[in-house]
Amino acid sequence: MLRAQDRPIPAPPVNPETKPFWDAAAAGKLLVKRCTACGAAHHYPRARCPFCGSERTEWTEASGRGTVYSYSVFRRAPVPYAIAYVTLEEGVSMMTNLVDCDLDGIRIGQGVRVVFKPTDGGPPVPMFRVV
Amino acid sequence: MTIKRKAFIAGVFEHPTRKADEQSLAQLHAESAAGALADAGLAFKDVDGYFCAGDAPGLGGLSMADYMGLKLRHVDTTETGGSSYVIHVGHAAEAIAAGKCDVALITLAGRPRAEGMATGTAPRNYGSAAPDVAFEFPYGPTVVNQYAMAAMRHMHEYGTTSAQLAWIKVAASRHAQHNPRALLREVVTVEDVVSSPIIADPLHRLDCCVITDGGGAIVVTRPEVARGLKRPPVAVLGAGEAVKHQRGGKIDLTYTGAVWSGPAAFAEAGVQPSDIKYVSIYDSFTITVLITLEDLGFCQKGQGGKFVSDGTLIAGVGRLPFNTDGGGLCNNHPANRGGLTKVVEAVRQLRGEAHPAVQVKNCDLALAHGTGGSLATRHGSATLIMERA
Ligand SMILES: [Zn+2]
Repeated sequence: MLRAQDRPIPAPPVNPETKPFWDAAAAGKLLVKRCTACGAAHHYPRARCPFCGSERTEWTEASGRGTVYSYSVFRRAPVPYAIAYVTLEEGVSMMTNLVDCDLDGIRIGQGVRVVFKPTDGGPPVPMFRVV
Repeated sequence: MTIKRKAFIAGVFEHPTRKADEQSLAQLHAESAAGALADAGLAFKDVDGYFCAGDAPGLGGLSMADYMGLKLRHVDTTETGGSSYVIHVGHAAEAIAAGKCDVALITLAGRPRAEGMATGTAPRNYGSAAPDVAFEFPYGPTVVNQYAMAAMRHMHEYGTTSAQLAWIKVAASRHAQHNPRALLREVVTVEDVVSSPIIADPLHRLDCCVITDGGGAIVVTRPEVARGLKRPPVAVLGAGEAVKHQRGGKIDLTYTGAVWSGPAAFAEAGVQPSDIKYVSIYDSFTITVLITLEDLGFCQKGQGGKFVSDGTLIAGVGRLPFNTDGGGLCNNHPANRGGLTKVVEAVRQLRGEAHPAVQVKNCDLALAHGTGGSLATRHGSATLIMERA
């Protein structure tokens, strides 16, 4: 069993377009952008919808629940870690890390829940725990 | 407008070095250019179109035109990672067909070994202005763990196995033993591959390509010019290019942009996958080859594992010989960009100049495919179909 350990997480660069996402992350909330013109959710968040081109996008709070779409444990790293795509209940998939778990026990399709992990001098970033 | 048979590849060159401690980056580009021009029987003064990508120093096309003293009327610095140079051949053919240049030069060079670059294993950061960086870089995306996620999902959906992926490396190694310049010439077995250390699940060390310095160049020209030169002419029949990305979060890692670039190239060339005698398939990792073969229609989606098993890709053994120089997995992956050398080996095959042990008999139709960027996030796909003219 290879237990996930904390590794130094680089700070995400924040800009005016994405600041609400990171402010919410600091408050423990995961936001997803949704387009009010076509109705589609997207990630990563943009001011303009990547599906229809509309600027009528709004921030919505995600449930924080999802499933593992794919993953890979990077064993050659100084501190092994699991990169993953998690598909949120809202229908979009996001790159993330799977944390606080047995890295050898991760499987595609597992249910996961968001947790926020501190970064090196920036806002916390959303990661996921197996439920 | 079609480019079919409107441009010919007249010269190719693969830089012989695999570690360039003594040469500058610009020098490697120019040495590669000189090699391809000499192969064609042309000179720097004949070049009026120049193509390069993100590996070129400084201001790319401007810096290298300045360094080499080129007098240009056409310049193209399309950057799609390692697939750039396959796209460049298509773009050069378009420019030649439209009368925008007569002699197009494409160069690639890099020194990742000499510079001690942690190529596949350091997280990639494209700078804070890249819109994706905040939502990817904190999670440690490297080249290898991103391709690994594509492999993991393919295994999950289709039952693909590590042993099946290993056959791709086995085939490359069987070819590389005949290439005196290949970085890795040792023949390996499926067992060797699956017992090599895991780098990022499910990819082993021997599922990964080599890291090499060097470069290469290609000269594309008008058919009537090529026919007057000393080398066996190779015609460009068709080209296709595509960009695949994360589709706003509608992620699907089981296919690549080859599902779009492939049909475009086949349609333009007027041929089918079953007509192709030899393929150069971008092989950053074994999984790159497997998914690409499916997407290009050489087998059904999900059947790639079965298709590559038991030597299908081995010259003289299977029905679809691939990467007969040893490819990126064993021979050379200069500048971490393998697209150019894919075209070079395809041209060698069409000229009948591959190593006799791996030369495909009556090789009159070949395909080269490039994949640049990451299968998981953003990549360029480029398909090029060529014939012996
Ligand atoms: Zn929309």
